[in-house]
Amino acid sequence: MRIKPILLVIAALSSALLSAGAVFASEVNIYSARQEELIKPLLDNFSRDTGIKVNLITGKPDELISRLVSEGRNSPADLLISTDVGRLYRAKTQGVLQSISSDALSSAIPAALRDPAGHWYGLTMRARPIMYVPGKVNPAELSSYADLTNPKWRGRICVRSSDNIYNQSMVAAMIAQQGVAVTEQWVRGFVANFARPPRGGDRDQISAAAAGVCDIAIANTYYLGGMLADPALRATAEKVKVFWPDQAGNGVHINISGAGVATHAPNKANAVRLLEYMVTAQAQAWYAEANHEYPVRAGVAASELLQGLGEFSADKLALDKLGELNGEAIRLMDRAGWR
Amino acid sequence: MLSLKADIWRWSVLIPALLLAMPVLVVFGSVLSPDIEVWRHLRQTVLADYITNSLLLAFGTGAGALLIGTGTAWLVSQYQFIGRRVLQWLLLLPLAMPAYIIAYTYTGMFDFAGPLQSALRNYFGWRYGDYWFPEIRSLTGAILMLSLVLYPYVYMLARTAFREQSSSMLEASRTLGFSPRQHFWKVALPLARPALLTGVALAMMEAFADYGTVQYFGIATFTTGIFRTWFGMGSQGGAAQLAALLSSFVLVLLVLEQWSRRKIRYFYQGQRQQVSALRSLPVARQLLVALLCLLPVLLGFVIPASQLASWALPNWQQLFAADFVRLIWNSFSLAAMAAILSVMLALLFAYASRLRRDPFVRLPVRMAALGYAIPGTVIAIGVMIPLAWLDRNIDLLAEQWFDIRTGLLLSGTLFALLLAYSTRFLAVSLHSVEAGLERIKPSMDNAARSLGASPLQVLRRVHIPLLRGSVLTALMLVFVDVLKELPATLILRPFNFNTLAVRTYELASDERLADAALPALAIVCVSIIPVILLSRTLDASRGS
Repeated sequence: MRIKPILLVIAALSSALLSAGAVFASEVNIYSARQEELIKPLLDNFSRDTGIKVNLITGKPDELISRLVSEGRNSPADLLISTDVGRLYRAKTQGVLQSISSDALSSAIPAALRDPAGHWYGLTMRARPIMYVPGKVNPAELSSYADLTNPKWRGRICVRSSDNIYNQSMVAAMIAQQGVAVTEQWVRGFVANFARPPRGGDRDQISAAAAGVCDIAIANTYYLGGMLADPALRATAEKVKVFWPDQAGNGVHINISGAGVATHAPNKANAVRLLEYMVTAQAQAWYAEANHEYPVRAGVAASELLQGLGEFSADKLALDKLGELNGEAIRLMDRAGWR
Repeated sequence: MLSLKADIWRWSVLIPALLLAMPVLVVFGSVLSPDIEVWRHLRQTVLADYITNSLLLAFGTGAGALLIGTGTAWLVSQYQFIGRRVLQWLLLLPLAMPAYIIAYTYTGMFDFAGPLQSALRNYFGWRYGDYWFPEIRSLTGAILMLSLVLYPYVYMLARTAFREQSSSMLEASRTLGFSPRQHFWKVALPLARPALLTGVALAMMEAFADYGTVQYFGIATFTTGIFRTWFGMGSQGGAAQLAALLSSFVLVLLVLEQWSRRKIRYFYQGQRQQVSALRSLPVARQLLVALLCLLPVLLGFVIPASQLASWALPNWQQLFAADFVRLIWNSFSLAAMAAILSVMLALLFAYASRLRRDPFVRLPVRMAALGYAIPGTVIAIGVMIPLAWLDRNIDLLAEQWFDIRTGLLLSGTLFALLLAYSTRFLAVSLHSVEAGLERIKPSMDNAARSLGASPLQVLRRVHIPLLRGSVLTALMLVFVDVLKELPATLILRPFNFNTLAVRTYELASDERLADAALPALAIVCVSIIPVILLSRTLDASRGS
């Protein structure tokens, strides 16, 4: 009865969907965990300047890595873009990234922000400082992450769940510097000071502090930047101030977004060219500012908005350690009750 | 002759069923290489939380959906009241609202930092801790959110079941001296039990598989645990063990549902009997009933949709951007294809199970329908691994024999996506179609045959008219589910191919809820179309 119209519909739909598969002479294929809006304009510029067509799939970083692994040598991917270093490390250990040596890349990017063997390169940087509510917290009381276990902060700290990679990376950095035992002790004390069970994202912690749930929030700088740039949220964001902890010690915990060339990249030369393009001064300024992050290239100024948060000294720990200790960090947080 | 026929049915079920069960089996396969050390760690620390929270969430959601769905279905199918005609399809609308979206909107409104609590604090001069306010981001909150968007499963099936109870039934219970209340508890409800349980089972499976809501609310469940273990700790074995334990809960649930249905077989009461006339009510009670039915619509649809609209308002011009139209088209066509495919498979499986009641048919069908309770990402990776394996071997063979590289033939294509959708949503279409088929008594087939109709004529003149409603319901449910589906779409789609759900996720994952509102609203609007169409068809088939 209704079979024929149904077949016609299927035929029409599939032809419409499959028509996108044309082949270009020169192209580069990207698997990106960074969302399309924060990368597409840059890629369009790249295509215009070089004539290389860019194909893009965005997704969650772990799933993109799984896809790379299972596709193996047939994978069309040339470049993997990740929004944190932990995932880049995972991709490297699973063998889906290859080593690249490029003077343009190694001269533009500080050594701590790229893989020693050239499997991945940092493209933007963000920090995870302490944010406090002036009037309720005197910045002179604040000093370091370690001090956040002090009983004077009982019931005053907001932070998101330990499911989040930024918390995992932060704890991994502590393990790298102070060992498991000291870090576990720290997490227990830190959790005891939570104002409420962890819920929501980083922006929610900032809003909660601004609304009076807690006096201190831990969040990445770009979330605060995004709120300050949004007219509807600006008033909320202005209620908190950034404190840069550990300035006398290891420095503020940082993370990067970055990229690496896929092991079986069919268009390796184009992928390297795109990477090099992304660290040019001009591209860096736009790419970092699009998401309120810090450029990795020395000499490129951070956006005015970020400069308003003040200068800081960053943790110098080699970032591949964060990836290496990620599993250890999760178990430690499970044991110490950070849900 | 007969044995050959039996074999055709068996094989025609076995092959597609195994194909659909493959993703689940692949994931289970890693249970064979368990990660004992990680499992010990999980057991000592978080496993008890996962089990408690997942069970509470699923049973709470099941109870909530049962309460709202049965209550509203009873009212619209039995009573005449103001606005009944409109309300009976308005009650379906929350289906169009993805669970994680409703969670975002209610958090936006009722959170401590949200407008409502801020206004209260300003007005009364309260501060944090001075007053009690229900915490939306809690287990109870998650149960509420999921119940509000999942009750239509129960409502839809219950409404049909209540309607089909003939007036002679009501008269019989009246003559036995039952009051209307007693009639509901002692006759109508037990008779509708199979339909209600099917709806509850679907809602519970969806609750077990939910990731977006629980993750946002910070509730540790099996789904969040699977991701944490798999990716965070890098233990695929440990994650598979968690997934297997989760699935065993679901299997128990499904077996219970089947068992409760098997105890009594409910068939249509022969030819269509007099459908019971709607009972009239005094005006005041009419208003009360209308208000009761309006409540779930308001909470599950109108309020969150208005919140989305108010967030989306500043960006409304983007609606007309070329790429936004493309997004809508991609989402729509993908959902339509998946719905048609999934219903065709469901019809095949349902008929095979009807004609061949043996374990060689039943077991593979049950296996294939397990995917609904497994998180989409797990299904997606279960699809990815075997397809990539196939691609790799075809590529190697082609290179050896013909010296050509075939590359990826199946991975990253629409085929992979449709396979994932079919695995994930077969349970939905199968349950609807089976429910429809169950009401066609075998004696009706026999009667038609003895009147000289060929098997094909029986199909055309008896089955198709009677199945029409169930098939349309299945089409619509899968369509809406695929439209809302995110994780499998995200990871399996081809290059440069975006959908509304993908765009919503990208913005929401960056915690830009206001920007995510426009694509989210578009999902809701596109979903409404089939919901309305379905409701009209169901009404029309009732009138005839």
